[in-house]
Parts: sequence; C-alpha cells; structure tokens
Amino acid sequence: MIADNIVIVGTGQAGGWAAQTLRKEGFAGRIVLVGNEPHIPYERPPLSKAVLLGEAPADSTYLVKREAFDELALDWRPGVRVTAIDRAAKRLALSVGEPIVYDKLILCNGGRARNLQVPGSDLPGIFTLRNIEDARALSQALVADKKLVVVGGGWIGLEVAASARKKGTAVTVVETMKRLCERTVPPEISEYLLGLHARHGTQVILGAGVSGFSLNAEGKLVVQLSDGRALVCDSVLVGIGMIPNDEPARAAGLACDGGIIVDAQCRTSDPDIFAAGDVASWHCDWAGRRMRLESWQNAQEQGIAAARSALGLEVDHQPLPWFWSDQYGVNLQIYGLPTSSQRVVARGAPGSDCFMLFYLDGNVINAALGPNAARDLRFARRLIEQRKVIDPERLADPQVPMSKL
Amino acid sequence: MSNTEWTDAAAIADLPEDDVIGMVVAGHDLALYNAGGEIFATDNICTHGHARLCEGFLDGHEIECPLHQGKFDVRTGQPTCAPVTEAIKSYPVKLEGGRVFLAIG
Repeated sequence: MIADNIVIVGTGQAGGWAAQTLRKEGFAGRIVLVGNEPHIPYERPPLSKAVLLGEAPADSTYLVKREAFDELALDWRPGVRVTAIDRAAKRLALSVGEPIVYDKLILCNGGRARNLQVPGSDLPGIFTLRNIEDARALSQALVADKKLVVVGGGWIGLEVAASARKKGTAVTVVETMKRLCERTVPPEISEYLLGLHARHGTQVILGAGVSGFSLNAEGKLVVQLSDGRALVCDSVLVGIGMIPNDEPARAAGLACDGGIIVDAQCRTSDPDIFAAGDVASWHCDWAGRRMRLESWQNAQEQGIAAARSALGLEVDHQPLPWFWSDQYGVNLQIYGLPTSSQRVVARGAPGSDCFMLFYLDGNVINAALGPNAARDLRFARRLIEQRKVIDPERLADPQVPMSKL
Repeated sequence: MSNTEWTDAAAIADLPEDDVIGMVVAGHDLALYNAGGEIFATDNICTHGHARLCEGFLDGHEIECPLHQGKFDVRTGQPTCAPVTEAIKSYPVKLEGGRVFLAIG
C-alpha cells in the first residue's frame, strides 16, 4: 500500500530530516509532525557552545529557515506529546487535541536528560541540558566570578565547562569514572582532555560520585561528594547521559531494549512503524553489536533513512560512526568506534595540539580520532570505509601525506 | 555582461589540481576550485556551520565542508548533501593570460 498519511514524532535532527526527506523524495501526502518543543526542528550541538554563550541566536540552530519549513507544508503540532500508540487502529493519542491516525509512523522522539537520584537534586540552580530552553536557563549561570560544578565528565559536561570558562566562570568537573569520556575514547584522549581542561583553569575531580545537594547558610549550593568532600558553588550542571523516550513504543508492545529496536531499514517490530535517532537501537556493523548511537550524524542519517524506508525506497543504514566535540577552540573528531583491544598507531605526539590515533585490525584501520586534524581524519574515513590495507609505518609518519596511503 | 567588472584573483598555476584554496579577493573571503582543470569560485564560509570550505574536501565538482560534511556543487553553489540546505554564492570566472578573473560585483 502506498502511504498517504505519515506521522513523524519528534522535532530534533532525526525528525526534521525525516520530514524534509519525505518531501524531497516526492511524497505529496499528509505529514503530521508532532513535537513536544515549541520550535521547528533544530540541531542540538550549538546548545552547549554558541547558543549557550549567547554568540548565536536560538533560531540559528534551526535545520531550515522558517520560510523553507513552511514550504514543506507539514501539519506541525508544537508542544504536543504522544501519550499512546494504538497499533491495531493505527492511531496516536496526544497530550493536546484529538487522536490522529497514520499509515506509517516514524518515531524520532529522542531522549531526555538523566537526573541524579540523590537528595536535593531538585534544588534551584541545578540544571540539565537537552533543549533550547535548557540552554537559555543555564546561560544565566555562566557569569564571571561565579562558580559552576559540572557533574559528569562526558561530552556535554566538558563542552559546558569550556563554555563557562570562556565567560570567566570558575568550573569544577566531577566524574565518577577514573578518566574523562571513558565510554567513548581511549585513555590517551582522556589524558589529552584532562590536560586541555587543566590548561584552561577547569578543575577536574575523577573517581568521585555525588551523594547529595544542599543549601548552606549563605544560600549557596553544596555538592556533597562520595569521598566526603563538599564543593560550594552557585550552580550545577548535571550531564550524566540521556534516557531514551521509548515508553510509548514499549507500552504499545514494540520490541525495545534500552531504546526502540530497529533493523538497518529503520523498521521496528511493526512493519508500519519506523524509528531513528537517539531513541533507536540497531545493529551497528562497525561496532559488531546492537546499540544506540547518540550523535548528530546518526540522527541526521537515520532520520533520512527512516523516511526513505517508510516510502518503500531501498535503505541500508550502516554509516561509519562519526562524532566531534569543540572545546576551547580545539576540534576533536572520532571516526569509527575505538576500542582498547586493537593495535594502536599514533601519528604525531599524543598529548600535543594535533595528533591522531588509529585503531587497526591487522593492517586495516577500524577507527581514527584526534584533535585538530579534521582534514587528515577525512582521509582516514575513506581508508576505513574502503577497508584499505595500509602500511602502519607509513601511517605513523607525519611526513607521508594521508592522501598517499 | 559588457559592464561586468572582472577582478584579477590568482594565477591559474597557483590552483592545485583537484583541490581547493582560500583567498581574500576585494574583501571577499572566497574559495577557488580547480576541478579537473576547470576553475570555479564560491564564498568560502559554509552556509550551515560557518566552517571554511577551503579546508574541505573536493571530490569531482563537489566540495565537502570540513565541519559537518555537507556538500555543494562548486559550479552552481547548490547544496547536494545534508546538512546544508541553503546554496552558497558562486561567482562567474574568466580565464585570461594565465590569470583567474572573478566577477564579484
């Protein structure tokens, strides 16, 4: 059956690209775009950087300008949540308004920031960061001579720390693990990030959890650490990951496991329902396992893939994972999924301002990453995707251009 | 086009084959492309993420932005790959006496 009524849930990168792709592929039917935010689809990376700093207006993150969005002729429902999915009737119950029906449903409803389950976590001055309103609220805390404690030494926490230092805010990062970004980068990069933050005056405390928050007699926030220490500050950012919004899908009986399970065609266990972006969990061939990939690239490309798949077009969503982070003017990029079990080749001196690490199986590169090496890493991407057999000695030699490997 | 004002921007020989370079011409930050011997010029700053296209990756007639890997057709400035949605300004090019002239206007 050719669909003529497609509903997309979610107005982030994935949902926005799904909507645009449907039109680009010539779909002329009805598209309902349901989003619990007041904004047209936007990208989140600037929320911890330019938008947080007030260097760019919130609407600069919109995927397309308002006029171009209007030209897509969507039935856009801002500020609305899906409360239930009735798969038999192919109907969605909404938090506002009448239920709506669908022929095909694309779930791109992302996730929400995880909160710390400790006493005092609802005190004023404790923030999380997921959407534009969060960024606006947190930006008020980035003031010179005030003190911010960042709970969580992952990407959100470190980018906010870097932005706060730019405003002259004193920053302490508290991370429970023994190193920064432990889930996503190898030890050499954690070490590099630690040095980078130290050079910019950010204090980092590793291996300590947070056991609670309270207010002292002066009205300042007190962050109680598991090792007995207490940090006094003006505000706190909690950046400890996200929880996928897969509850409506689960309640409707779709296969879920820490996210909505989809295949490489973005299909859920219901042939008329697709999922993409932060909420979707699929078997990533590059990782060799099923996972959610919380990245800008995956949200965009899986959103496009899900839309194409919903139209019956051929899709095989297996992009080489790609991630970047900007901190203190340093651009760190990661291609593939570096794991410590493989052979590592360094190009340039690890710890310097520009170097790369390559993760090899035999003489084939599986992953590459490093700071301030975007152009060379772009060549590395090609080598990874082509599974090219390279000479590790030449790879390690900065005198040999990456284009000649 | 008889009134077009042509600005001498570079020597053809200065444009490496199948690559892109950045330069400021008459106050404009531009990217110049040599795509298999054909020369094209566009604005240098990507319409999406404000990266410099001259640090990007030229593949045939497509320039890939180094920051988010959006792509433009260097002949027309039209976007060809997500995330870019807005065209980048392209400039008429004239080759004469081994030099590259641009109509910046």
